[in-house]
Amino acid sequence: MPDAKAKIALDVNGEPIEVAFAPHKTLLEVLREDLGLTGTKHGCELGECGTCTVLIDGTPVLSCLVLGLACAGRRVKTVEGMADGGVLHPLQEAFAELGAAQCGYCTPAFLLTADALLAETPRPAREQIKEALAGNLCRCTGYLKIYEAVELAAARMRGENAKPARETLYGQP
Amino acid sequence: MGSRKKKKTTERRKDGTGMQRQGRSECRVVGTALRKVDATAKVTGATRFADDLSLPRMLYAKLLRSPHPHARIIVIDASKARALPGVKAVLTGTDLPIPFGILPVSQDEHALALDKVRFVGDPVAAVAATSEEIATAALDLIDVQYEPLRAFPDAIDAVEHPDPSIHDYADAGNIHKLIDLEFGDVDAGFREADLVREDLFFFEGNTHLPMEQHAAAADWSPGGRLTVWSSTQTPHYVHRALAKVLELPAARIRVIACPNGGGFGGKSDPFSHEIVVAKLAVLTGRPIKITLTREEVFYCHRGRHPTLMWVKTGVKKDGAITGMHFKSLLDGGGYGSYGVASTYYTGALQTVTYPIPRYKFQGARAFTNKPPCGPKRGHGTPQPRFALEVHLDKVAEQLGMDPAELRLRHLVPPNSLTANWLRVGTMGLGRCIEKVVAGSEWKRRFKKLPHGQGIGLACSSYITGAGLPIYWNAMPHSGVQLKCDRGGGVTVFCGSTEIGQGSDSILAMIVAEVLGIDPGHIAVVTGDTDLTPVDLGSYSSRVTLMTGNAAIQAAERARDLIAPHAARKLEVPAERIVFADGRVFDVEQPEHGLGFAEAVQLAEAAEGTVGTVGSYTPPRSAGRYRGSGVGPSPAYSYSACVALVDVDPATGIVRVPKIWIAHDVGRVINAASVMGQIEGSVYMGLGEALMEEMAYRGNRNVVHKIPSLLEYKSPTTLEMCDVVTYVVEDPDPNGPFGAKECGQGPLLPVPPAVANAVYDAVGVRIDEVPITPEKVFKALRRKDKGEEPRFGPTRFPEIPWPEPTRVPPPWEGGDGTAVEQSVGRTVARHA
Repeated sequence: MPDAKAKIALDVNGEPIEVAFAPHKTLLEVLREDLGLTGTKHGCELGECGTCTVLIDGTPVLSCLVLGLACAGRRVKTVEGMADGGVLHPLQEAFAELGAAQCGYCTPAFLLTADALLAETPRPAREQIKEALAGNLCRCTGYLKIYEAVELAAARMRGENAKPARETLYGQP
Repeated sequence: MGSRKKKKTTERRKDGTGMQRQGRSECRVVGTALRKVDATAKVTGATRFADDLSLPRMLYAKLLRSPHPHARIIVIDASKARALPGVKAVLTGTDLPIPFGILPVSQDEHALALDKVRFVGDPVAAVAATSEEIATAALDLIDVQYEPLRAFPDAIDAVEHPDPSIHDYADAGNIHKLIDLEFGDVDAGFREADLVREDLFFFEGNTHLPMEQHAAAADWSPGGRLTVWSSTQTPHYVHRALAKVLELPAARIRVIACPNGGGFGGKSDPFSHEIVVAKLAVLTGRPIKITLTREEVFYCHRGRHPTLMWVKTGVKKDGAITGMHFKSLLDGGGYGSYGVASTYYTGALQTVTYPIPRYKFQGARAFTNKPPCGPKRGHGTPQPRFALEVHLDKVAEQLGMDPAELRLRHLVPPNSLTANWLRVGTMGLGRCIEKVVAGSEWKRRFKKLPHGQGIGLACSSYITGAGLPIYWNAMPHSGVQLKCDRGGGVTVFCGSTEIGQGSDSILAMIVAEVLGIDPGHIAVVTGDTDLTPVDLGSYSSRVTLMTGNAAIQAAERARDLIAPHAARKLEVPAERIVFADGRVFDVEQPEHGLGFAEAVQLAEAAEGTVGTVGSYTPPRSAGRYRGSGVGPSPAYSYSACVALVDVDPATGIVRVPKIWIAHDVGRVINAASVMGQIEGSVYMGLGEALMEEMAYRGNRNVVHKIPSLLEYKSPTTLEMCDVVTYVVEDPDPNGPFGAKECGQGPLLPVPPAVANAVYDAVGVRIDEVPITPEKVFKALRRKDKGEEPRFGPTRFPEIPWPEPTRVPPPWEGGDGTAVEQSVGRTVARHA
């Protein structure tokens, strides 16, 4: 028999909302099934792949391992909350520009993890980017375009007029 | 790129469809790094993958899977499950008794096991319920009685024990397929050789591991139309399988391929879950969805066949090959899948890199009680390429030659036929080798790095689309329709499937190039059997070449349709009309012209709705022998790779800090996509080289050891190496604007390059992948004890090979047919 629904209030992508759901549901399920925010994906639902990453109060968490109930009063950010109105976030812009999103399935999680990294570390070294993204699996890109997109976005967020290097898009001469 | 050739490519092209009329320098769109047409949707989370679909009144399906690797089903009692509140339907094998399978020669799967299960995870029953929780609970209420049978954990066991047979069809016992092809007298080749060398290799099976779990949804309208959405790479083949198994007219079935969250070949078969949701939608009259768990994705598998290989090669002192004999034994798992083609592929492409004047290939595929193997990126060719490239490294050492030099001296010439009658067109391997040798400072490093550090080189080639369709037919492999709107927009309809490789963008770029309009003014509709003409699917690296050529034909026809009306308005001869920069104008006075939209309007006013079609069929292959259908391709891509490794002699741990890769792509269409495909291939090759394996507990019920993303090791950011990529362009006349594939080929040289580098680093040969620390450690121990410094297989089993099909190579005369048909075969064949 379905459980009686529980209701919580939280902030999702800057909007206060109330949502009712079966109390055993994970945040991943609440986002996808009860709030219709299907931009958050799942790859294992066991906390192994990082694909369901969202930000809770600015920190990357695996939404498949967090109960929805635990998010009462918290601030949740999903990929749907990254763009500012019709303007893409610099990370989204850079991912699109460099082809850092191929199939796009792991992309929301990488974007949010990188978003949290850049909030704390505006000028990350390559090794810091690798470290920050080590919990997210991507099978398409080999991660290289993702690193480059994070670096490009970071530069632009610092106000630099950064452009992708020619070899990034065309290879070595 | 500084090395870009300046000459125009126009004169290289033969007449016919799909040929560009403009040289490289005139291209405005092709060759640039364009943002992909679906990029914004993908970075905003707006892309709707199959599991993102939700329909009103939707039910959820779950599959009950076998806990036995090999067993007869005695009885299934689903009465308790049917009685559970919320359960709407339960299916078992007898509800879907018609077999299916991707290849016409192996229609050996049932949506739900009919009388036998053949691997742990084989689907047995299905439930439709109002929630996933109820469906899952209902599975526990289905009582299945099994009679366990002897299970076969690996190919050698299956070859050596014909009983009990896993299937009631096979070439011999539990050997699904036997192949014996002979192109010239290899023994004569060995007699001419200065050195003859034999080696054994093993390539462990691995899986695609797409981040998206397979999902499918179905909806049945009371009017009698079925719609199925699926994360499939091959909607056309799913369409055919659904029509067959459900006994519905194909005209009443619509298959929509959702964008795939990664495919890599793993979503290329028609699957049980797709047929089951379709049947359940028909039965319940409600929409229904199934999403596989990650564990179930491991059971779907269809990944790399574990392959045991033996190779014997004769060479002259200068490294010229005089003859090669190659044997492979593939562990197929429980069903046919693409396996017959995979088996042929383990012997097909050895000949397209270095000239092999006489060649013999024997291949066998065994049925075993594991999830079925099938096509994974490189389909059947990474295994023999690993064997061949490590083998050649050993040959070079014995001859005292630099392995790069050995390869450079002996390259298959462009525009030539191989011993097995493959027609090689452009061939850029030499330039690829030169690029990685220079970039990696090969000559300064090879054999000169300190102990523990090493460098290795390997090369490869891959098809740009299979020359023949999966089921025999004379129709095009790819079709495109164009609709030109009077507002100036153009919609491209094509059955191709976007799996992240960028196929939607290729269509937009090519049509934009030919019609001279902004790619942003083009809408792309793909992968929908109701709306789009057939494209066979996203497999065999065929999509850019085949849909690209079809798109060129459709766009050129649109240009030809519009041009006369623009010419009349401009009062110039039609042959002077040019389409570029969103305008249609006189080439001799470019300011004299119209906007593209206005030109379309003139055409529409005169001719009615402006739409065209284009299609593509590959050129006929040269071989005419049985088995010649696997290997031919309109064009072959080439890659060369150098890997730098650090090996810790104390632990055997191998780290790969850097890889140099050069890939002959013919011609770049979208530069950013080409880079992404090459880098992604290197990544996947690195995973296969170092860690990825489908491992089973052979003595414990043949259960998959590690059906999870945590335990199935794949490279994270911490294992991924730096990659230096060189894109080599040598436009191929068969490719759209000269393009060849780039999504699979660059994977192939990575595992052998790493293996060769490990040898350079610590002097031990690891003749199997993955190259795990324990294998390196064991080989180092053997070296210390004065034994053979090697880890790898030690025997190839006896196989009841059939009489060979003897086909003289082109230089020995003949026309590509076998001189004597297979006679005296002792084993029965069944279709």
